[in-house]
Amino acid sequence: MESARVIYRKPFSLGILFIGLIVLSTLPLYVQPYLVILLSFVLMYVIITLSWAIFSGPTRYISLASAAFFGIGVYISAILGELWPLPLVIAAGGLISFILALFIGLITLRLRGMYFIIFTFGVSELIRHSILWWEAKFTGTVGRWVIVVDHTTVYFVLLIIFIITLFAAYLIKRSKFGLALRSIGEQEEAAAHIGIGVTSLKTITFAISAFFMGATGAIMATRWTYIDPAIAFSPLFSFMPVLMAIFGGVGQLYGPIFGAAIFALLEEVLITKFPYYYMLLFGIILIAAILFLPNGLVGLVDKIRKRRQ
Amino acid sequence: MRILEGENVTKYFGGLAAVHDVDFDIKQGEIVGLIGPNGAGKTTLFNLISGALPTTAGEIRYKDEKITSLKPNKICKRGIARTFQLIKLFRNMTVFENVFLASLFGISGDMPESVAREESLELLNFVGLSAASETAAKDLTLVNQKRLEVARGLATKPELMLLDELMAGLNSTEVSLAMDLVTTIRDKGITIFMIEHVMKAIMNVCDRIMVLDHGVKIAEGTPEEITTNKTVIEVYLGE
Repeated sequence: MESARVIYRKPFSLGILFIGLIVLSTLPLYVQPYLVILLSFVLMYVIITLSWAIFSGPTRYISLASAAFFGIGVYISAILGELWPLPLVIAAGGLISFILALFIGLITLRLRGMYFIIFTFGVSELIRHSILWWEAKFTGTVGRWVIVVDHTTVYFVLLIIFIITLFAAYLIKRSKFGLALRSIGEQEEAAAHIGIGVTSLKTITFAISAFFMGATGAIMATRWTYIDPAIAFSPLFSFMPVLMAIFGGVGQLYGPIFGAAIFALLEEVLITKFPYYYMLLFGIILIAAILFLPNGLVGLVDKIRKRRQ
Repeated sequence: MRILEGENVTKYFGGLAAVHDVDFDIKQGEIVGLIGPNGAGKTTLFNLISGALPTTAGEIRYKDEKITSLKPNKICKRGIARTFQLIKLFRNMTVFENVFLASLFGISGDMPESVAREESLELLNFVGLSAASETAAKDLTLVNQKRLEVARGLATKPELMLLDELMAGLNSTEVSLAMDLVTTIRDKGITIFMIEHVMKAIMNVCDRIMVLDHGVKIAEGTPEEITTNKTVIEVYLGE
């Protein structure tokens, strides 16, 4: 019974994924520009949340440094956007974030629990203020203009980054390193004692997840035309992925994806329909989700599936 | 042949000497017991050998190579495995995954998954946990959790196994089964260094016993010598 279910479920979910990707990649042909812009915004959050979950999901190290990596991507785009072609700029955004994450990882991943959370938050604030100081001191102006790219290109680039992120997340999760990352979340000391190089594994995974955040920042910068440290390094980019992943549930890959997508859409709908009560409603929904869906959407799906059997 | 030796091994926690100037050596194929009152520094000594804690002074050599200051994962890859006094399983992973992971990463580090899978199943069979392989580790009984810790350690393919109070909390039937397990492991060619409070077990399976008190080695010898040693009796029973 159990094996029979597994056999038909795999092609089934693969089929859904495939159809979903086809719909997403042909979407700009037949919908209004507004929807394309909205979906870009959703994709941005989906990528950040999914890449956050690559590292923080299995290891349970809650990182609040997402804004740092995203913001670095944004700034790379603003600095290099006029000089380099777009694909190179995006790759550079990802790569610099990757290197920065390696560096941050080596310092902070020795910390655990609360200390790690606070340190990562501190790091992203430190970078924000350093850039602010650097701009005020040396360039004399705070903020920059960014070369604008049209909406459809932004959408397609985000879609490509999303597909690569999903593929990377999938490969990591099903490899032996995915299992090792989970064991770090379960019992790190024991993981080290069975031969897992915990520090290097954590650092590299942290950096991989930062790569996608940086690349996303680099393309998103082109949508804003003007950026400054407050926009690029907004703490929202650190907190939203955590909330979205908790809302979706981190046990399965689709958890953070749907969590982020539903959350981002919800935010958009609430802002447009209830501009005055938006924060209030958002807060109520968030509290309800945490109270009634302790394991997120993934937990809810599991519950329904079990009840059906 | 000596497999493990320590020279003036010392560990301070602030001003407290948890392990002070301890010399020891363990020969290949032996079962060596480590006993001593609570707080004597037994687990600390294990932590120093397995790399969980850095030493303050002294040197530990494994097969004549210095292993002090190596990280736990490096020490595991050299061939030393251990179990924990306070069980440290991957609680939400299955029994099989616990062993499988150790087999994948252990000494070889690049073992094909199919081989690791087979070896893990064999080891689960060896410790008698085949039936529970898909159970979450946290749902096992205490004795089975201890067996799983042993299987996970063995999966890394060690030549030296450190057992930290394997028998604590077990009933007498379970203790004799565990004693059998220990001797079977030794018969596979794995040297054993074990901390134990259950005297019956220590006296029956160990070739040699070391006694620690307040971080200092106060005696060493065969079980008979230890039971008649005056200092040991004083430490355990008072004068």
